[in-house]
Amino acid sequence: MSAIDVSTLPGEIGMVEPPRRRWLPFSPWHLVLMPIALVMLVPLLWVVMTSFETLAQTQHFPPILWPGSFQWQNYPNALHSVPFGRWFWNTTVVTTVVVLSNLVLCALAAYGFARIKFFGKGVAYFFLLATLMVPIQVVLIPTFLIVKQMHLLNTLGALIVPNLANVFGIFMLTQFFRTLPIELEEAARIDGASRLKILFVIVLPLSLPALATLAVIQFLWTWNDFLWPLVTIYKENAFTLQLGLMSFQGSHANDTNLLMAGNVMSMLPVLLLFIAAQRYFVRGIATQGLKG
Amino acid sequence: MTNVEFDGVTKVFPGGAVAVDGLSLTVSDGEFLILVGPSGCGKSTALRMVAGLEKISAGSITVGGTRVNDIPPKDRDIAMVFQNYALYPHMTVEKNLGFALRQRKAPKEEIAQRVSAMAAMLGLEGLLQRRPGQLSGGQRQRVAMGRALVREPQVFLLDEPLSNLDAKLRVQMRAELKKLHHRLGITTIYVTHDQVEAMTLGDRIAVLSAGRLQQIGHPQDVYDHPANVFVAGFIGSPPMNLLRGSVRDGQVSAGDLVFARAGVPDADVIVGIRPEGLRLVGSDDPGPGFELHVDVVEPLGDEVMVHGTVSARDAGVRIEVEEATLLADAIEEDRAAVTVRLAPDVRPAPGSSVHLSVDPEGVHLFDADSGLAIR
Repeated sequence: MSAIDVSTLPGEIGMVEPPRRRWLPFSPWHLVLMPIALVMLVPLLWVVMTSFETLAQTQHFPPILWPGSFQWQNYPNALHSVPFGRWFWNTTVVTTVVVLSNLVLCALAAYGFARIKFFGKGVAYFFLLATLMVPIQVVLIPTFLIVKQMHLLNTLGALIVPNLANVFGIFMLTQFFRTLPIELEEAARIDGASRLKILFVIVLPLSLPALATLAVIQFLWTWNDFLWPLVTIYKENAFTLQLGLMSFQGSHANDTNLLMAGNVMSMLPVLLLFIAAQRYFVRGIATQGLKG
Repeated sequence: MTNVEFDGVTKVFPGGAVAVDGLSLTVSDGEFLILVGPSGCGKSTALRMVAGLEKISAGSITVGGTRVNDIPPKDRDIAMVFQNYALYPHMTVEKNLGFALRQRKAPKEEIAQRVSAMAAMLGLEGLLQRRPGQLSGGQRQRVAMGRALVREPQVFLLDEPLSNLDAKLRVQMRAELKKLHHRLGITTIYVTHDQVEAMTLGDRIAVLSAGRLQQIGHPQDVYDHPANVFVAGFIGSPPMNLLRGSVRDGQVSAGDLVFARAGVPDADVIVGIRPEGLRLVGSDDPGPGFELHVDVVEPLGDEVMVHGTVSARDAGVRIEVEEATLLADAIEEDRAAVTVRLAPDVRPAPGSSVHLSVDPEGVHLFDADSGLAIR
């Protein structure tokens, strides 16, 4: 009897892949992907490089991509020529409150839509989703009027209150909660847990990837938001970073180098957060399309 | 005393599908009752109604004398093991076991003591700090049972708890479950579609079909005296052979098979013969019997299963269990599929014809219209 070559067998035993000969120390796909990645990176690198240039260099054509001597003082100049610290603080407060409130409120609403039976649930969910289709320009003025009547103009409240819960977050978490096995919650109900307890002790810990994704997305949106602060805030002490950075760009003068230095500083928290949460972010996106 | 009583329990789902239809039965204190039936017969729904996970449309369920229709699951003092175990994936085995006790605000020392006692009983001591994802199927199954039993419930519900295990482990866990029940004596309702589990585990089995109770009784009684043609075809693996026949003047006939049965009125009947009720004999055998055309021979080691056809009309009873429909599609109208269980040394050749003798005493008769057994 001849020995069986396991590599030819189907199924688990035969899953041993034959060693593939490698022509390159990396996948050939990288030859395509690396130039594309570079194209994505160029604007970012340009911002960073411009932040180290003199004003004259920024106005040079063709653009100078390597300043030669680095103007490090652009950074302290940008910090001191405007109330950068105040704007950074405002943005941090608004973003933190909005992210946290979205996590809590969207989770509560999403759990209701995913699991609790109530009259008109389907219709309510439909209309909620329909609001996602409405562009912000359409609701800008009505929302402005509401915020004005609440006497929130020129306060951080104007940036926080309309964004406490985001329909996208409700939608995303509803879809995620629906993929969790219902038996886990039924077991917890039999074991004596209340609805809220089930949400906080069973459902949310199992939804960390989705929550992390929502947190990152919401953080990016809120941190980078420009249009809504522009409409509701016109006093400098309530400016957010994105709004404040515009003051480097006046109708008579353009401090592009300082603007870019400010931009780099405002980008740092976002970059750091993304690097820290990248694992969750990618997993969260992947989980949306895969059944556990 | 923890009886569970179903009194005319009905479940109608939104859209009108009737899952359970007027179910009435009593599970006695400490009894191990099996709810068995094919997929979609309402057995799991019935169990979920006891647990409080499904609302009861009509009728009532009482647990230990208390009507529980409107009592939330946590206040019914029942525990349930789910088919997929439903262990909390983010908690360790220890936290899983103690979850129900923590919800009931039991003192920490008591939780620790009961969790470790349960772990010792189920052989989980070394696994307390692991998460469910790090356990084998059998270990998860044990944790699921431990989590249900740790708070010493009045009633223990199991919904196909062994169906996710491989065949060998299933046999082992079956024995463990039986031992556990003997030791604890908790009133248990166990849902399965597996004949072997039904026959081996239960004090009694309740056979359900299309939401209705077909028969309830001791497993052997149900096997020996099926109440109707459904139970006859469902209980037993391979299932009972069912042929169309008739009774005229005390003579039962189904194709070539003719025998006398006193006291049965003239009627069209379904003749039921268990696979082990047939014997291979020579063609000169004078007793009642028929010719079997052999199609497939399955040697199983301790026995041989022979599938073939006989000259008779098939009863047309098709119950979705593995073997029942094996050959049914291919046979001609005047032939009926028959399965025979033979001794391991008997191996008829496929394609040949053999003569089978039937012991008239072991033949079951059912009314062709109502399907009810004719005793």
